[in-house]
This record gives sequence, structure tokens and C-alpha cells, in this order.
Amino acid sequence: MTADVIEKTRPVAPVTHVRQRAAVARWVRLALLILFVVVFLIPIYVLLVTSFKPLSEADPGQAWNLPQVWTTEAWSIAWEKLEPGIVNSFLLAIPGSLISAVLGSMNGYVLAKWRFPGADVVFTLFLFGMFIPYQGVMIPLVQLMVNLGVYGGIPGLTLAHVVYGIPICTLIFRNYYVTIPDSLIEASRVDGAGMLRTFWSVVLPVSAPAFAVVIIWQFTSMWNDFLFAVFLTAPTSWPTTVMLNNIAGAQTVPYSQQMAAAILASIPTMIVYVLLGRFFMRGLMAGALKG
Amino acid sequence: MTRVRRWLPGLLLVSPSIVLIAVFVYGLLGWNFKVAMTDQHDEISPGHFVGLDNFISIWDQERWGISVRHSIIFTVVFVVGALALGWFLAFLMEKGIKGEGGFRTVYLFPMAVSFIATGVVWRWLMNSGTGEQAVGLNRLFHYLGLDFLQWHWFRDQDWGMAAMAIPAIWQMSGYVMALFLAGFRGVSEDLREAARVDGCSEWQVYRYVVLPLLRPVTLSALIILGHISLKVFDLIVAVSGKQIITDVPAIFMWTAVFDSHDPAKGATIASYIVLSVAVFVVPYLIWNARRGNRS
Repeated sequence: MTADVIEKTRPVAPVTHVRQRAAVARWVRLALLILFVVVFLIPIYVLLVTSFKPLSEADPGQAWNLPQVWTTEAWSIAWEKLEPGIVNSFLLAIPGSLISAVLGSMNGYVLAKWRFPGADVVFTLFLFGMFIPYQGVMIPLVQLMVNLGVYGGIPGLTLAHVVYGIPICTLIFRNYYVTIPDSLIEASRVDGAGMLRTFWSVVLPVSAPAFAVVIIWQFTSMWNDFLFAVFLTAPTSWPTTVMLNNIAGAQTVPYSQQMAAAILASIPTMIVYVLLGRFFMRGLMAGALKG
Repeated sequence: MTRVRRWLPGLLLVSPSIVLIAVFVYGLLGWNFKVAMTDQHDEISPGHFVGLDNFISIWDQERWGISVRHSIIFTVVFVVGALALGWFLAFLMEKGIKGEGGFRTVYLFPMAVSFIATGVVWRWLMNSGTGEQAVGLNRLFHYLGLDFLQWHWFRDQDWGMAAMAIPAIWQMSGYVMALFLAGFRGVSEDLREAARVDGCSEWQVYRYVVLPLLRPVTLSALIILGHISLKVFDLIVAVSGKQIITDVPAIFMWTAVFDSHDPAKGATIASYIVLSVAVFVVPYLIWNARRGNRS
């Protein structure tokens, strides 16, 4: 009603002009966004259609065609080949992400709320660990793992992921705990509660979102890692990525099986992403420090 | 004494992590440098200290020059490409658009998947056959009547590494978009309105109000993309393996360790990768810590 009145008091032409331009701009933006969606989904289209093709159709010449005969044959063969790797990946990523979260939560709590002299320096030194190219530690790490007697197996790989995950997990928890009012911690202190007691009864009960972010983040990076896996594991402990790379690198494996294996290897992280995308996003943002 | 009792438990609780980081990050980085400064060119001999010899002599190897050049091309194309595309996507969505959640989900999902998995399909899409043998994207260009766009992708003698950056851009531009979108949304509408009242056009508002406020976000994005780029490994393994045509330092290091069994050479390359990242990450972290202290 009011809008109508205001409009009528204004000169008509410029308003419609501006409106039309705004409408056109909106349509252009939408059209471009949809175009990019199509481009982004091209690889997914090829993966999906090829994985359902029988051997006779699975060659690059027919990449863009839909399967003439739909079959899940490639999927079952890919599953057989990949299954041990998927089991290993779960054995790695589930305990690994939980341990990471516990460590990160303790560190974040102390660095945000129970600070000691030099805490900032320690935090910055931790953060550098987030950015180091792991190639820079790999050769001595292999040696160290051999010396510790954990080289080649899942426990050693888990140890590596947990240790090099400490920086990001600490960062996420610290940034989360900073938002807890100091007065809550002080009140607990005044009541005579010590550090652990305060952690347990004041801080942990409100930590669920940060735990979700860290567990998802660590699960995804452990699942998707290739570098540590290829340097630190023996064939019986190969996780999904290494197995997938072997399947995909072999000239003898039909394309349909390679593509099905690639999708199978991605399903767990895709499920996590679709169901818990909100938390995944927060982990991503934490990676950008305070940006 | 009471003050010590106040902070000591905290230090104790963090101390396991401090020890782990000290040993696994700083200790091993140092150890790696130490190996790089020996002549331990096989896995049995003890190796003697040779100073920076390896760091100098590696430049005599043709392969090292090639891999450094590849790494630079890849980094430039990837960082600029991901930054530009991510910024553009955020710019398109900035004012709010129907179905924004859906768009964001699509642009971001490649981040949740490993390069090893997506490399399988990119190797196929970027098949180098042209003309009659065109498959993959070249074939798609043919269907669309864009034959002139066909090229050898990562098998191109000179600019193959630019093609290798395409999957990386695909994977990371959604992340840059999310960063910029958060940045855009962080600029208050009041501020923009104030500029408009002062007579700024929409473009001027953008140029003089919004863009300067996005600088910290841009810097974060640059740091993240840059350090991913300099250590790129999985993607290249998945798309082309160990071929010299797409060799980068990380692949060179891998073959030095596993194929040539030369720890000193591998450690030297690894040291160079670390240094290339450290020269911009260390100043960034110090700047970030100071900024944190001020606020």
C-alpha cells in the first residue's frame, strides 16, 4: 500500500528503468550460476554414467553417452577390489578423528581459558604445523615409525594423522571456546573447582558443535589422505585412496570399474558432507584462521 | 607460588601435544634438513656432512629445473584461477539469490572428495586425443562446434601444467567462494548505505567500500591456495602418475625416495618445498598473531 503511494509520487520512467535493470541483472546472475553448476557437475556425470556401463560401452569414445544397457556389474567388481581398503580407512578414520577431537578440545580449552605464560607463542608454533608440507617430515618420519615399531600398520598411520591434526583441531576448539564468557569460568573457579572439574562440568557440556566440526574435518582428511598412506603403510594396511590409485593406475582395469571404485571411495565423505555440510563449512572457515 | 598453581595445570594438560608437535613437526623438520646436508645417497651408508652441496648440485639436474618450472606454472594458474572463479561465484551470490544453499552445496562438494578419486575422471576428461581421436572434453568441444578449443591438455609440451591446474581449480574454487561470501556478508549494509547517501554509485561502493574490507579474506585465501599448490602431489599422481611431463618437486621427491632410494636427494627436495611455503606462511602467522593480540 505505502509502496504504491510512494511510487506514484515519483517520476515513473526512471523507476521502471532501474527495476528492469535490477531484474535483468538478477536473471543474468542466476543464469551464470546455473551454467557453473552444469560445468561443476560434468565430472560427476561422466563418473556416474560410465560406472553403470557394461564392458563393451566403457571406452572414452562413448564417455558422453548414457549407457545403452544399465548394469551394476562394474560396481560389484569394484567393491570386491576396494573393500579391504575401505575397512582399513574406517579403522583409521573413526578412532583417529575421535582421538584428535579429545586432544584438540583439551588444548583449545587451555589456550582459550586456562592460559599459561607463553600460551600465544605455543599457539603460533602449533599453527605453523598446520601449513608445513608433510613432505618435509616424511623421510625421517618413516625412520621414526620404524624405530617405534609402528611402521606399515594402521596404528602408525593413525598416530601420524592425529599428531599432524593437532594444530587444526586446537585452532577450531580454541576459537570456539573463546566465545564462552570468562565469567562462567571464574564462577566455577570461585566455587573451588579446579581446571579439570571446570572443563568437565562447564566447558564440555557446551562443546558439541566444536566436536562435530573437528570430527568431520579429521574424518574427511584422514579418509582422503594419500601422501601419509603411501609413505607409511604396507599393502595389507592400505587405505581406500592407495587401493583406488592402484586400481585406477592399472591399464588392465576397465574404465567402468575405475569410475565405480572412485565413487565408492567417495561415498562416506560425501554422506558426511551432505548430512553435516553446516559443520563441514565451519571447519573450512577455521582453516582460514581469523579470516 | 599461587600464580604458578593457577597456570601450571593448563601447561600440563597441553604438554603432551607440545611434546608431540616439538618432536614430529620441528624435530623431524630439523632431522630432514640434517639428512639433506649429508651424502647419504643410498639406504645403507651412514652419510657424511657435506653442508649445502646437495642444495646447490640439484640445480645441475635437468629434471629439477623442469619440476620447478612446472610448479611455478601450476601455482600461478591455480591460485589466480581459483581466486578469480571463487570471487566471481561469491559476487554472483552476494546479494542473495533463490536456491543459494543448493548452489553452495554444488560448488563446495568437490572439496569433500579426494584428488585421487576425482583424478580418475579428470585423467579421462583431459585425454589428449584431438580431431578423429578426440575423446573426453575434446570430444565435447567437437559436439559443441568448438573444435578450436581442443588441445593436448596436460600432455602439452609447454603449458601442460596449466591444464593440470583445472581440476585443482574445480576442487578449491568453492572454498574460495565460501570465504569471499562470508567476507561480503561481513560488510554491513549500513556502511554501504552511508556510501550511497554520500553519492557513491553502486560500482564506487563496491570499489571503495567493499573491496578494501575483503583484503584480509583475500590474503587468507592466497595463503591457503599457495601452500596447497606448492606441495601438490595427489592430484598429479592420480591424473598422470610419475611422467616427466607433469613432474613437480613433490613427485620428484617421491621417486627419489622410492625409486632411486636416495634419502639425501629426497630430503633436499623436501627441504626446498618446506622453504618455499615457509617464506610466506611464517610472516603471515606472525602478522596474524600480532593482529590477534591487538584485538
